[in-house]
Amino acid sequence: MTEPEHAPRGSVLEIDTRIDTAPYAAVVADAAGIVQALNRAARTLLPAVRVGETLTATAPAWLAASHANLAHAAGPGPVDQGWVERRSLEGHPVRHDDGTVTWWLVDDTDARLAREALRSEQARTAFLTEVSTALLGSLNLQRCMEITVGLATEHLGDAAMVIAPAAHGGRYPTVSGVRGGEVAHDVLDVDVEEVPGLPEALQGFPPVPSRWLDPMSLPDWLRPTGFGEVGSIVVTPLPGHGVPAGALILVRGAGAAEFSEDEEVVARLFATRAGVAMSAARLYDQQASITETLMRDLLPPTVHRLSGVEFAARYRPSQDGERIGGDFYDVHPASRDDEESLVVLGDVCGKGLDAAVLTGKIRSTLHALLPLAGDHLRMLKLLNGALLNTHDARFATLVLASVARAGGGVRLRLTCGGHPAPLVVRADGRVEEAPTRGTLIGAMPEVRATTAELTLGPGETCLMYTDGITEAKGGPFGDELFGERRLHRALGECAGMPAEAVVERVQMLASQWLGRGAHDDMAVLAITAPRGQHLTAVGGHGRGRYTA
Amino acid sequence: MTDPTTRTPTGPEESLSQHALRQYADALWTAAIAGDEYAATDAVLDALDAGVDPEAVLLDVVGAVQRKVGLEWAANRISVAQEHTATAIDERVIGAVGHRVRTEPHLGRIAVACVDGEWHALPARLLSEVLRLRGFRVDYLGAQVPAPHLVEHLHRTAPEAVALSGSLATRLPTAHATITACRATGVPVIAGGAAFGPDGRFARLLGAEAWAPDARAAADRLAAGPLPRPENSTQAVDDLPHLADQEYTMVTRTAPQLVKAMYTGLERRLPVMARYTDQQRQHTAEDLDHIVQFLATSLYTGDDELFGQFLGWTATILEARSVPAAFLVPALELLGEELRDFPRATALLEGARAQLSASLVGTKEPA
Repeated sequence: MTEPEHAPRGSVLEIDTRIDTAPYAAVVADAAGIVQALNRAARTLLPAVRVGETLTATAPAWLAASHANLAHAAGPGPVDQGWVERRSLEGHPVRHDDGTVTWWLVDDTDARLAREALRSEQARTAFLTEVSTALLGSLNLQRCMEITVGLATEHLGDAAMVIAPAAHGGRYPTVSGVRGGEVAHDVLDVDVEEVPGLPEALQGFPPVPSRWLDPMSLPDWLRPTGFGEVGSIVVTPLPGHGVPAGALILVRGAGAAEFSEDEEVVARLFATRAGVAMSAARLYDQQASITETLMRDLLPPTVHRLSGVEFAARYRPSQDGERIGGDFYDVHPASRDDEESLVVLGDVCGKGLDAAVLTGKIRSTLHALLPLAGDHLRMLKLLNGALLNTHDARFATLVLASVARAGGGVRLRLTCGGHPAPLVVRADGRVEEAPTRGTLIGAMPEVRATTAELTLGPGETCLMYTDGITEAKGGPFGDELFGERRLHRALGECAGMPAEAVVERVQMLASQWLGRGAHDDMAVLAITAPRGQHLTAVGGHGRGRYTA
Repeated sequence: MTDPTTRTPTGPEESLSQHALRQYADALWTAAIAGDEYAATDAVLDALDAGVDPEAVLLDVVGAVQRKVGLEWAANRISVAQEHTATAIDERVIGAVGHRVRTEPHLGRIAVACVDGEWHALPARLLSEVLRLRGFRVDYLGAQVPAPHLVEHLHRTAPEAVALSGSLATRLPTAHATITACRATGVPVIAGGAAFGPDGRFARLLGAEAWAPDARAAADRLAAGPLPRPENSTQAVDDLPHLADQEYTMVTRTAPQLVKAMYTGLERRLPVMARYTDQQRQHTAEDLDHIVQFLATSLYTGDDELFGQFLGWTATILEARSVPAAFLVPALELLGEELRDFPRATALLEGARAQLSASLVGTKEPA
């Protein structure tokens, strides 16, 4: 046996000089793991390894283990990888006939670092794609904040909070969550100055590096519930469309690693996307609120039973995405039961928002003219004058109906201004056209119209409609108009039906007739004398008082 | 109006409370079919006064009456007017129950809507009221909600879930677009109604997070905890790769021409049609249109059974109205000729024709 400690750092086996000067490290060991020889490169790379020593005692653990495993493996043996200092090495074993093995150690540090950089870059891209997809879907601010917190706790921190700029009253809407848990909404009345970097972040200043934030100084409101000791925090601004959208606060537990520079970069990229999504949602919400407010008076009103007469109406704008258009109706209730209610249904030429605005003018004009409802013609003349005096060259057609209870039935006065005459469904299924005619409103200086007076018996209905119904084009062959004949026939089946069932039936048949086809605005309004012989007008929700 | 798949068999032995519920339902039925709102309201208020659980009043009294309306209509025992009247009265009655019994909302917000083109609003209305009773905050959007309205509502309110109701199978492609749109906004969908199949297979196929066979089950599911958030938004063709063959698109886009071709062909084959009245002509054309729509839906879902079931149901409906159903077989043959270049449509039509011919043996062809 050779005394290892005195052995020269040469070899037991004579090493070929051609191998000794090879650019890669080579270590020869026998089956027992005793080092038999080293070349020059190996001596530099692994100064602890000496001839006669065991690999287990002197070589990196991974190499010793691979060598030991090699004894059990058949064939040339697997290539292995491990680290020496900061170098990554691939070990290629070469077996020799005498049972010794030469380990050629090839430095692949650069390739490995490049591969790892690629992997982490791919992971980052996948994460940011997921973020974009998740955030793009919603235009709801609360939901965007939830998504942001959810993704942040899943990928970036153990806990996260999104804090939006203070709303009216100086309170901050927040959403917070812990990894794997539910997100919580809150509105906090807090001093943001307590968190270093947060006021700046809320104003859109560059983020404060996490290393500068002291986890001990965290105020309680920021400490996630059920969360242990805080290790590190990072506060990142959420940049919006020109204005800060709030701030993202990421927290990691005491055991976890601090945020690396790389992670802070990812957090910033993430925050950019979240901020843009949140400010888009905020803008959408503002716009939707404005639209809602402006449209409120243009929406068709909800129509229901009044003074013992059933009213029902339905409206379908020409554009399915919209709620308003060029058709309109109103029911102005009488102030006393024995007085007349006034019903208006009409159609402004054109469709969409422009037409809707004109319907609004007509509706308010008629509202103001209510005291004159006793004289339909006079009302139409005044409305005509008002429309002629606007810069809008549009005209309208409409029907006025004054409605009052009369015994068991309903008394009607109907006047058309250039509009299809209302249809009356009698109890026996006969359908009559109300004998009223008149000129367009808002087109000519003169208005002429005749008024029809008629009475509805119990269960009978007067239907007012716009030409969007009769001009609905479609049917099984795709090219026929729904037409008056089909409308008459459909109404013939509606004898005795409640008002809302009649309008539903008519709208349904016309809509089904259309199929997928384009259409004009469609409005229907039914005035029905109730079938039950009840004594008084009943609210509709309580028990009815009615004769047997 | 009514789909064949809503039918549930009557239960075994009736308990006493079931008997009582039946009596209230009978009283409501009589009143609703007569259009007597006051007697109808009394029937449900009596049930509430007698201590019947409001949910049972809604589902086992009003719901039972509504199911009967569907059955009686299919059997041609009530008129269109009676059907609509009863439904309108039921709507008012539901309002009366909601007025009488109120629960403070303490659970999440749910949007309840019908598929666009869906006129059967009552099941959705009943579900809304049941959810309100259970303490949910409910936005009931009503019948035939266009997808843009629903999406706008979701952006504005971010509800916990959308409950989507559909009874007409032909609206499934529209339902799919709606479900996809809801999921894209991050709101999960629970689907229900006859359109989605008796086992809910179409709800799963079209990507809904959940399905419920009835309002009670839907309320139970929503009360059990939030639905899973949609994982990723999809496009129609992700769920249904067979749509890539364009057969659905072609059949849907050319539907009026297909109906016209079938109609003209039938006129040649069935001399009796020359004597048809206008209304008979229209009904026949509408029946043919339905066949094309159901074929398109079957092509969309990739489900062969749907088409066969529809034809069987149509035959029953026609027989109930004393209309000979034998014209269905030549109609399918004519449609097959038009669509001979479409392999999936051809296979569907051939299968359905064979099945129908077998079931119609003994039925005379109209002379």
